[in-house]
Amino acid sequence: MSEPLLEVEDLRVAFESAHGQVEAVRGVSFAVGREKVGIVGESGSGKTMTGRCVLRIPPPTAHVSAKRIAFRGEDLLTASEARMRAIRGRRISMILQDPKFSLNPVMRVGEQVAESFRIHHPGSRREARDRALDMLGQVRIRDPKRVYGLYPHEVSGGMGQRIMIAMMLVPAPELLIADEPTSALDVTVRTQVLAILDDLVAGRGLGLVFVSHDLNLVATFCDRVLVMYAGRIVEECAAGDLGHARHPYTRALLAATPRLDRPRERLAVMERDAAWLEA
Amino acid sequence: MSAPALSLRNVRVAFGEDEARVSAVDDVSFDVMPGESHGLVGESGCGKSTLLRAICGLNREWQGEIRLEGELLGPRRPLAFHRHVQMVFQDPYGSLHPRHTIDAILAEPIAIHRLGDTNRRINEALDQVGLGRAFRFRFPHQLSGGQRQRVAIARAMILEPRLLLLDEPTSALDVSIQAEVLNLLSDLKRSRGLTYLLVSHDLGVVAHMCERVGVMRAGRLLEETTVQAMREGRVEHDYTRRFIEASQGYDRTMAHRWESIATP
Repeated sequence: MSEPLLEVEDLRVAFESAHGQVEAVRGVSFAVGREKVGIVGESGSGKTMTGRCVLRIPPPTAHVSAKRIAFRGEDLLTASEARMRAIRGRRISMILQDPKFSLNPVMRVGEQVAESFRIHHPGSRREARDRALDMLGQVRIRDPKRVYGLYPHEVSGGMGQRIMIAMMLVPAPELLIADEPTSALDVTVRTQVLAILDDLVAGRGLGLVFVSHDLNLVATFCDRVLVMYAGRIVEECAAGDLGHARHPYTRALLAATPRLDRPRERLAVMERDAAWLEA
Repeated sequence: MSAPALSLRNVRVAFGEDEARVSAVDDVSFDVMPGESHGLVGESGCGKSTLLRAICGLNREWQGEIRLEGELLGPRRPLAFHRHVQMVFQDPYGSLHPRHTIDAILAEPIAIHRLGDTNRRINEALDQVGLGRAFRFRFPHQLSGGQRQRVAIARAMILEPRLLLLDEPTSALDVSIQAEVLNLLSDLKRSRGLTYLLVSHDLGVVAHMCERVGVMRAGRLLEETTVQAMREGRVEHDYTRRFIEASQGYDRTMAHRWESIATP
């Protein structure tokens, strides 16, 4: 593996509830280099929370603790809020699931991309505009000049997602956390969005953390996969080996997924085992 | 051969006037045979849900011919139609009244259709979808997504319909819960001799449930084929081939090959 960009050790996130403390993330450790790392799991497995904690943007009621969260050797747990603002967006960036809620509805999309550049690179508006147009072209928007002046409600979901990706990439981050970046997209658009991310990892040496619920997608897109269940990483393997996963949870997930190329009489129903919580 | 359970001829649905007129469903014709599970796949905006809404009577503005067991349907549907045809919607969070108990939700169709014997019917419906009677006096917010979708299926089944329209019935659910709901639908179909028309963007789901599949794009029914033919790659249109490929995961070369084909 290449030099790690991100190291996370023993991350824990807990919430207070009426029935005492509930742990959403229970001791997660991993490292990410200049590669595509997938985090898969079902809803509530703690995968999104893990991504948010790296950027230090957990929900306000969460209790977060970790032995270490470091970006290129720099400790993010003790970094000042001013230092975090310099890192967020500029060096570590995050793509969210749904462009409908992540774009400002009353601002032209091109200006949102330009703003994202200007916040981190003081300079002329003109340069920011040129960068934004260039980046819109890079995410395969066909007529960047026209799209620049549109409002979010005037673009399709697939285009909105590509605009958001442009917004996150224009400050040239080194690590990108993508939280379900394609689950609001149609399969054919999805392939194009993934190809953009793929090229950036190969071309720019970007590190990518790809959070998804889609095992098959992660297996074919990522280099490595972490499988999360109930706040823990229960399995870690090369993406290509996911088909030979050892953990019963991973295998149950694979068996429960209907596929065109593997017809089954009946889908396997998951028998959740209490032992998985500790495994 | 018996008459089709459902037959569509040149069905069109359009919204808006004059220049702003958008054709959501454009000249769609197909048949669903009794006891069959027929799939419709396509991406968002292709008109698959609009078509289901026209069939079940939620949308009255359509042209063409829709026949149910040979009988021509008008824009307004008689009560008896809804005993025969029921629909399950995509979003289990939006399709159940948040302030009605499961009991009230299931009692409503029985009251509308004056079936009587409410108590027995509700208990049977709950048993049928594997929820158990303990759920009867709970509210939707006390249920998980999978349990809510079971309630939505119970509500549709309580009228003992022959044709069930399923609009993305599992796309809001986790994979493990989806497996349970799909198995339930398979069991119900077998025990009740139901006919399904299943709409989904997930080819895996359609392939698992159906024998025949229609592929829709931009309001048109691009082609009709079988799951078996799809598996073997015997399809007519490039779009269908792309859709199949893309559903099987990511492949860098795919994006290259598609560069030339315009995306809508």
